[in-house]
Amino acid sequence: MKLEDYELGGINIKSSDFKKGKVLTTEWEPNLKYAWDNGVAIGRYLAGLKEGRIIARICYQCKRIMLPPRMFCELCFRPTDEWMEVKDTGTINTFSIAQVNWDASRRGKDEPPLLPAVIEIDGASPGMGIMHMLGEVEPDQIKVGMKVRAVWKPREERTGAITDILYFKPLRAPAKKAGARKKTKSKNAAPARGKR
Amino acid sequence: MGMRKVAIVGAGITKFVRRAQETGKELSWQASKMALDSCELTLDDVDMVTMGTAPDAFDGVHMKGEYLADGAGGIGKPYMRHFVGGGTGVFSPIHGWFHVASGMADICLVVAEEKMSSCHPHPQGAFLTIFDHTTEQPLMPTLIWIFALEMNRYMETYGISKADIARVSVKNKHNAMDHPAAQIPQEITVEDVLNSETLCWPVNRLDISPASDGAAAIVLASERVARRITDKPVWIDGIGFSIDTAYWATRDLAYPRYVETAARMAYDMAGIKEPHKEIHIAEPYDPFDYKELHHMEGLQLCKRGEAARLTADGVTARDGNMPICPSGGALGVGNPIAATGLMKIIEIFLQLRGEAGKRQVPGDPRCGLAQAWGDLMQMGTVVVMRK
Repeated sequence: MKLEDYELGGINIKSSDFKKGKVLTTEWEPNLKYAWDNGVAIGRYLAGLKEGRIIARICYQCKRIMLPPRMFCELCFRPTDEWMEVKDTGTINTFSIAQVNWDASRRGKDEPPLLPAVIEIDGASPGMGIMHMLGEVEPDQIKVGMKVRAVWKPREERTGAITDILYFKPLRAPAKKAGARKKTKSKNAAPARGKR
Repeated sequence: MGMRKVAIVGAGITKFVRRAQETGKELSWQASKMALDSCELTLDDVDMVTMGTAPDAFDGVHMKGEYLADGAGGIGKPYMRHFVGGGTGVFSPIHGWFHVASGMADICLVVAEEKMSSCHPHPQGAFLTIFDHTTEQPLMPTLIWIFALEMNRYMETYGISKADIARVSVKNKHNAMDHPAAQIPQEITVEDVLNSETLCWPVNRLDISPASDGAAAIVLASERVARRITDKPVWIDGIGFSIDTAYWATRDLAYPRYVETAARMAYDMAGIKEPHKEIHIAEPYDPFDYKELHHMEGLQLCKRGEAARLTADGVTARDGNMPICPSGGALGVGNPIAATGLMKIIEIFLQLRGEAGKRQVPGDPRCGLAQAWGDLMQMGTVVVMRK
């Protein structure tokens, strides 16, 4: 058989015809609301965030200090053993400079780009990253391997949510001295890390 | 293994388009009917039906599998839906393979459908709820963010440039010029990709496959029945699938280990020891251009960090030593999620039969592979086929 010998289905409706209502459609705008229970492990994690602390969980068998914390180890398949506070500093594993919002709409002309990143938190096992945002940094100054610190909401405004951390900012002002730059670079020995 | 041999004996597909007039059910019917016609079977000959379709949230139809059953020829038959996110389309033949290999069915119709256009203003919005609802969703992420994060980590780890990666988009959109179902076949340059709108650095508009509507279907048959239907069966010699953790930020983003695990499962089953020599042609999943490279490495088709160089050297072109995505892939043919994976299976099926028309790769390929990947960047699905 050859695809070329068939008349294929799939009639494309032009966007303009769709927008002008030249084709009949039926619309529905759902207004669904969910309330998600936080669970045991993440509940404690959030309670920690409210106090300005990042709480991890240890599995004694594989020795991993896990973020986000979990009540069972998915690898050893046994209960985890202990809570442990880790630092609110970390290392940028990777980052993006996003001009796009959650629904694929574009950032406005006067809106700064969003700066999502994966941050490996100090004190947790290597590679234990969380997704969060970067701030107080020029996008072109961000580097993989850069050290960052959490910027917390004022205590009275915290609600026990991941957004109690506003964002992570560079630990030191970027590239002031040649020495500082060098340090960042050596942290950035990427190929070795990739083969972890 | 005590399992029967399973062959692909027929295939059908619709055009991939941005917004189809047809419903998902109608698209499924068109692809299913064409697949049965292509091997001169009727629905009466079909013992079982499997249906692959990705999130219900795209269509806004709950119990989508049940809704689509009419179009897929499932009524009154053992019928089952499978769903592993973007990995769904290559899981479709795997699901059907179990039915036939086990001896429960002699002929299984395998259908995959996606209608993303129903979700407004953009189907990207439906992806918000794949992120963890407590630790990630409040940051209002989009799926493009995590692709950008993964691409950046991949570039940083191996010292690969955006231009190196853009070559994949150029190649695949070019290949799609010869695909009758293609949505965005284009002759573009690396500069066009680099100069296209920056969505989430390092990802530009032309690094990404489009949102699409479309359907595809294949017919699977047991060995005895397959040989009665066609003198050119294409055998499913290896299947593999594997999932990694949904704690995606804790994974090595530079290397898709779940793809490696799935590939090794399929290679073991197919008796493949040196994939880069024994696989003649491959259709890895390419929703983003860097993913083709990422997946080639996970599939052991080359060493880590080497896929970009192979692309630059023309090795992965249609007339290269290891043609990758000769169909035009998700980047060129379009990306109606589940249907894309099955489109890739169909491309290998046609290539191994020497029936790919202008897309035919030279050198009489005898062994091919299709791969897809999905969920929260954690699921690998692999099928190895031989003629």
